Amino acid sequence: MLRTEEMLLNVGPQHPSTHGVFRLVLKIDGEIIKEAKPVIGYLHRGTEKLAEDLQYTQIIPYTDRMDYVSAMTNNYVICHAVETMMDIKVPERAEYLRVLAMELGRYCSHMLWWGTFLLDFGATTPLLYAFREREMALNLLNELSGARITFNYMRVGGVKWDAPEGWIEKVKEFVPYAREQLKGYSEFASGNEIFQSRMKGIGKFSKEDALNYSISGPSLRSTGVKWDLRKNEPYSIYDRFDFDIVTQEAGDVWSRYLVRLGEVEQSLRIIEQACEQFPSEGDIMAKVPKIIKPPKGEAFVRIESPRGEIGCYIASEGKKEPYRLKFRRPSFYNLQILPKLLEGESISNLIAILGAVDIILGEVDG
Amino acid sequence: MMQDLLHSEPGLLNFGIVFAGAVLLLFVILGFVTYGILAERKVLGFMQSRHGPNQVGGPWGLLQTVADVLKLLLKEDTIPKLADRPIYIIAPVIAFAPSFMVMAVVPLTDKLQFADVGVGLLYYIAVTGLTTIGMLMGGWASNNKFALLGGMRAAAQMISYEIPLVMSVVGIVLLTGSMNLNDIVAAQENLWYIIMQPIAFIVFFIAATAELNRVPFDLAEAENELIAGFHVEYSGFRWAMFMLAEYVYMFAMASLITVLFLGGWLPLFSFLDFIPGAVWFALKFSAVIWVLIWFRATFPRMRPDQLMEMCWKVLLPIAIANIFLTAIVKEILNLF
Repeated sequence: MLRTEEMLLNVGPQHPSTHGVFRLVLKIDGEIIKEAKPVIGYLHRGTEKLAEDLQYTQIIPYTDRMDYVSAMTNNYVICHAVETMMDIKVPERAEYLRVLAMELGRYCSHMLWWGTFLLDFGATTPLLYAFREREMALNLLNELSGARITFNYMRVGGVKWDAPEGWIEKVKEFVPYAREQLKGYSEFASGNEIFQSRMKGIGKFSKEDALNYSISGPSLRSTGVKWDLRKNEPYSIYDRFDFDIVTQEAGDVWSRYLVRLGEVEQSLRIIEQACEQFPSEGDIMAKVPKIIKPPKGEAFVRIESPRGEIGCYIASEGKKEPYRLKFRRPSFYNLQILPKLLEGESISNLIAILGAVDIILGEVDG
Repeated sequence: MMQDLLHSEPGLLNFGIVFAGAVLLLFVILGFVTYGILAERKVLGFMQSRHGPNQVGGPWGLLQTVADVLKLLLKEDTIPKLADRPIYIIAPVIAFAPSFMVMAVVPLTDKLQFADVGVGLLYYIAVTGLTTIGMLMGGWASNNKFALLGGMRAAAQMISYEIPLVMSVVGIVLLTGSMNLNDIVAAQENLWYIIMQPIAFIVFFIAATAELNRVPFDLAEAENELIAGFHVEYSGFRWAMFMLAEYVYMFAMASLITVLFLGGWLPLFSFLDFIPGAVWFALKFSAVIWVLIWFRATFPRMRPDQLMEMCWKVLLPIAIANIFLTAIVKEILNLF
């Protein structure tokens, strides 16, 4: 007697395409997914709980390890939250350094995503090209902060190190090069028939779904919602730069791909303008008390990280440690729609859909 | 020479010579596999702006593959507890043996051929089909869900792609009037079949890439989806057998493409015939291998359903249309 039955398949936590220790329990019929259940928490380190016993400056290195691909934005969000509570005015030079660092971080993050995402489709070459350029940007950040990935660069009230001599010139030189390479990527990868046929129409969700699931960042913008905190709620000095919000209408994997590549271009524009406007001198730290004690109360700030809206909530009792610290981690929220998207898809599409979410497990698990 | 031996009196000496010849061929192929892998890694490195192997055995990493094979030989031989032991053990052998068997009929030059079989082409295509069974057995016997999925993919893909593969060469058989590979080469004296049968060449090349399980058709072992596909549980020398089968097939398929479409050992222009046929064969053969490596560096993997669609809805109709076209053109030419 012929009979078929559903198979339970464990994808992860050790799997080449889950981008970390992410686990999916799939019910499959042949290669078609009937039901998908994500299991997370393998990388949970309790950042928020640990923060309750740490001084504010000591929390910053922990945020580096949350979204380890764009640590600068994480650095910024905690500093920004404390500065908002204490009403600290950050010096101009420090603001420019922060923006430069964050946008270079965004560039690195999107490059890493681009390379690994295409690697998920079995194309090995883009990864190496992406990493080559990313490495150059990381070297710039390394010169600035002394670290490649976990920068620990920003402080409440400013930044830790000033730009070394000639650094701005190096960044200026890097921008046209990166732009040139970006054009090459579009020619050799985005135009590829197989890539397009594997991305188009896959993992579609509507504008309403995206808003209901509280999706943010490129995934939200791929559905046509023009929402970027850098424009809509300008923080730092983002109101001084001229750049566009990249949106697409379709809401599928392909439009998420295009949004991210477009954002790289916009980041390069911001870097270029920031280099032009960079003040020749000035302080890099505001006058901040040695021991930071925000006044009693609470604050919530949100900024645009490469993955979406990263938020930081602080409840303070006026002590040197926070009473409660909470991060709104965009990867975690962007992941919630996954079971819905995966239903009825094949295993090959699973890889594309999961890759397009751009999850960083350090951030998902906190 | 080998032909005479095959038809000679059965005796210990003749058997010994044939056996020695086969062993020699095996070593030639193993030599190719050793340096084919190195070449692949070097070319990939070149295309991906990195160095490739450059430590073991001199500046070009000449002994890299040797070291890799030694490592594989010394590795612990693991068999999963719940695996179907006999099938698990025999699967790599079944996958490998046909890949070497097909080399018997491929004429490397006009003299160097082991068996001048009348239906050489048919023999080649029939025997390659056996490897699928080895892969499916490996995937099934591993008792691993990913391996099973990989094995099923391998079976579906390779059986489907055999059809356009066969259909595309029918045009050549029509033109030559023979399935003998020697005759096919001889018929290309004036014009190669790549020019006379361009459609067949494209269909054949695509189908051959799929048969070889190479990018963009490496679905059976899609490492990003199925981890390693049908050989996920294999390690050490058993795994090496699967890999060996893959690379020997690459050798065989590149040879077959050279013979069918690129004029085999014939020179590019007739005034260049002072260069030995073996050199011509090697040059053309290397060009085919280069293209296969180039594919690997540039293409992403296709999705299984797209792959099937392309096979049945695109390649097969084109191949059949090519047969009709060839037959009609041949008849018209015969009128004059």
